[in-house]
Amino acid sequence: MSLHATTSQTVGPYLHIGLTWLSIEKLALAGVPGERISIEGRILDGDGEPVNDALVEIWQADSRGIYGGKRFRGFGRSATDGDGRFRFQTIKPGRVPGTDGKMQAPHIGVIVFMRGQLKHLVSRVYFPGEPANANDPVLALVPAKRRGTLIAKKRGKAGALEWNVILQGKDETVFFDS
Amino acid sequence: MPRITEYRRPAAGTQPDYLFPRYASTVKRAPTQPLVLLPHTQTELTGPVFGYGEVKRSDHDLTKQHAGDPIGERIIVSGRVLDENGRPVPNTLVEIWQANSAGRYPHRIDQHDAPTDPNFTGAGRCLTDKRGNYRFVTIRPGAYPWRNHYNAWRPAHIHFSLFGQAMVQRLVTQMYFPGDPLLAEDPMFNCVPDERARQRLISTLDWETTIPEIALGYRFDVVLRGPEETPMENRKGDKR
Ligand SMILES: [Fe+3]
Repeated sequence: MSLHATTSQTVGPYLHIGLTWLSIEKLALAGVPGERISIEGRILDGDGEPVNDALVEIWQADSRGIYGGKRFRGFGRSATDGDGRFRFQTIKPGRVPGTDGKMQAPHIGVIVFMRGQLKHLVSRVYFPGEPANANDPVLALVPAKRRGTLIAKKRGKAGALEWNVILQGKDETVFFDS
Repeated sequence: MPRITEYRRPAAGTQPDYLFPRYASTVKRAPTQPLVLLPHTQTELTGPVFGYGEVKRSDHDLTKQHAGDPIGERIIVSGRVLDENGRPVPNTLVEIWQANSAGRYPHRIDQHDAPTDPNFTGAGRCLTDKRGNYRFVTIRPGAYPWRNHYNAWRPAHIHFSLFGQAMVQRLVTQMYFPGDPLLAEDPMFNCVPDERARQRLISTLDWETTIPEIALGYRFDVVLRGPEETPMENRKGDKR
């Protein structure tokens, strides 16, 4: 049997009604092993205006590189605030294999939903100063001058990272056709 | 299970583009640079699992969330979640949200001059069963105006969010109602050129699930992306 996937439709402006019952900004409970990190960022539209009606979902492995472990599910969901800001407290994921068995650099999968998008955006967050980035099979597919948009920046405190979603323009974030 | 290499890419005309100027908000929110084709690694081929620890079994009934009955036409919305290979997607989270029977959302930015209903919040969720079935009890949502263009009205719809078993199956869509004359004018419904793809967004009146004297049944099946099947199908040991 061969069917076609149902057509995607926008979440629209009232997504909060259906989706924010499950808000998961703290992914790692106490006792979950791994390096504690926070990722915070803003979503900006083509005019540089904050997108205050978006929802960001993340999906990541645990510190050993295992997806969907018992103690750490690895799923997060954060709705942007009036400033277009989303935030997660989590752990740095371990490395997971790519399609050819070669290990990928640590990364977090990202999906973004918003009014004005008929289908969600797909992106990834990589880590700054990570030697494995140089050999990551997915980063290698991204034009060199745009790779930086996928790598979070260190902020003040230890483990604090910033990663922004720029929808259009010079610093436009790399989005994937997944 | 056949080894998954990749999930299928969409058939031409069945999925929207990011930029679709008839839907005005896409203009400042659509990527302008080319997307990078993403191979499907473990990150894409796995996804979160939810359970009845988070979802309450009563969350499927949007008519029983408050002290009284909501105003409107009570309906049953049910269907199956399948993948493109026709396999049911069991135990997956389905989230819905919708306007009340007057076309109003209980949301701070909904300014539509129509009454809110203290007995209707408009959000529900459930997990599909072993065969991929889901079922909601709700009321038929009303049409509502929006500011996309002059005299713009959204046809009655229910928003659906589904996870599937892999992040590449993640889907948010909208279910519409049969025979709605507003569909012809709606930029969202008309965002794809494939007529059959659009028709699949429209539920069907279903006598099987209609409860006499209580509620009309509407059926809406959802298809999530499915794995590419290798030419070596039906090998011995493949569980189908
Ligand atoms: Fe809506």
